[in-house]
Amino acid sequence: MCIGVPAEVLEISGEEARVDVMGAGMTAGIVFVPEVKVGDFVLLHAGQAMAVIDRTYAEESIAEWRRVLNGRDEFLY
Amino acid sequence: MDVMNFYTDPEVIRSSVEKVKNAARTFKKQHQRLPVIMEVCGSHTMAFARSGIKTALKDDVKLIAGPGCPVCVTDQKAIDAMIGLAGKPDTILCTFGDMMRVPGSRRSLVDARTEGNDVRVVYSPVDSVTIAERNPEKEVVFLGIGFETTIPLLAMAVRKAEQLKLKNYSIWMTTKLVEPVLRTLLDSQEAEVDGFLLPGHVSVVSGEKSYHFLTGEYGLPGVITGFEPVQLLSGTYKLVRMLCEGKHAVVNDYRSVVGQGGNPVAQSMMNTYFTFSDEEWRGMGSIPASGLVLKEKYASFDAGKRFNVTVPPPRKTKCRCGDIIKGRIAPEECVLFGRGCTPVNPVGPCMVSTEGTCAAHYQYMREE
Ligand code: SF4
Repeated sequence: MCIGVPAEVLEISGEEARVDVMGAGMTAGIVFVPEVKVGDFVLLHAGQAMAVIDRTYAEESIAEWRRVLNGRDEFLY
Repeated sequence: MDVMNFYTDPEVIRSSVEKVKNAARTFKKQHQRLPVIMEVCGSHTMAFARSGIKTALKDDVKLIAGPGCPVCVTDQKAIDAMIGLAGKPDTILCTFGDMMRVPGSRRSLVDARTEGNDVRVVYSPVDSVTIAERNPEKEVVFLGIGFETTIPLLAMAVRKAEQLKLKNYSIWMTTKLVEPVLRTLLDSQEAEVDGFLLPGHVSVVSGEKSYHFLTGEYGLPGVITGFEPVQLLSGTYKLVRMLCEGKHAVVNDYRSVVGQGGNPVAQSMMNTYFTFSDEEWRGMGSIPASGLVLKEKYASFDAGKRFNVTVPPPRKTKCRCGDIIKGRIAPEECVLFGRGCTPVNPVGPCMVSTEGTCAAHYQYMREE
């Protein structure tokens, strides 16, 4: 029940948005993410966007993990 | 997103597994035993099993499942009462799909539907409000089961029913909160754990700082982590490294969606509609202020107040879901696992829920 899926916001209208979930279009609630903009990725849970996915952080954490895999652990905590 | 490709890349997974094993071996050298990590969230349990990571790590890290499957932690009497609601005349019972096959003492919701009762699976609690709007002559009840991830959605449903001035809509609340159950587990000292992998999506709502009590009061580390294979491994690695170094911090390894303070809109909506309640947990008894129920002001949307459901005492079985959610035993230690209890013929909720530990072990980790 606690699983979420990423979705791209295509269009916003009031408390709802058209989103793309892995190629499938659907409507999602955006009440919990008032800051959301078209083009953002959101985390959907049971039809509601619960968070705007911060792509900078996502990319940073990948870069960090690559460094760790290469034996450089100084970025851990 | 190419981010996803990285997190599921077989090569990256392989080297990440090695990384975790090496760190765990250092721990083993220091302590002459394996590090014991509890994954609190049922979706983590499932993801660990499905990806094969739990099996790959089994000689180096003891991963134990915790109390994070909402269906599994709900006590049998509450489950029986929810199934009992299906028999009410002129009632449409709406639920998340997870509840349908959960064994009640006498029958499941699937049985209730086969017997002709109107039981519907909805994707979102808000969908059940639409059903109430379209069926004004019927009572529509939603089974409100879940942790912090789901509770804001229940608030949304009540808000919508309120806006539509519906008189025929209510929620049967049996919600659970993460912090009180972790405290109870730690205070009881029943599960001996070195650290926690913390639930990524609960944290989206409650925030990183909701776990600071773990370090401050119990001196234990935790890592908030996502659900893809490499995320699980990165979280496990950071936790094991902290254990090797004797550190106990709460590390947010899922910062792309989890903030310090969580989601403020969700929290404020929960505060508007709900108040704390003592909840009964399977195998643990009543835990004070461990769930949320509707405030008195919204009693008309509270199915527990509107309907009187009396159920006989639950049927006793040998099911050990209670011990499993406390991290005391693995499913294989239950005498019924894979014999009297299978996904086709489940005895307890842990075998049917999509986040159930027994279901995870049965599907992905069974040794022939
Ligand atoms: S195997 Fe079945 S009976 Fe045993 S604990 Fe799991 S769900 Fe309960």
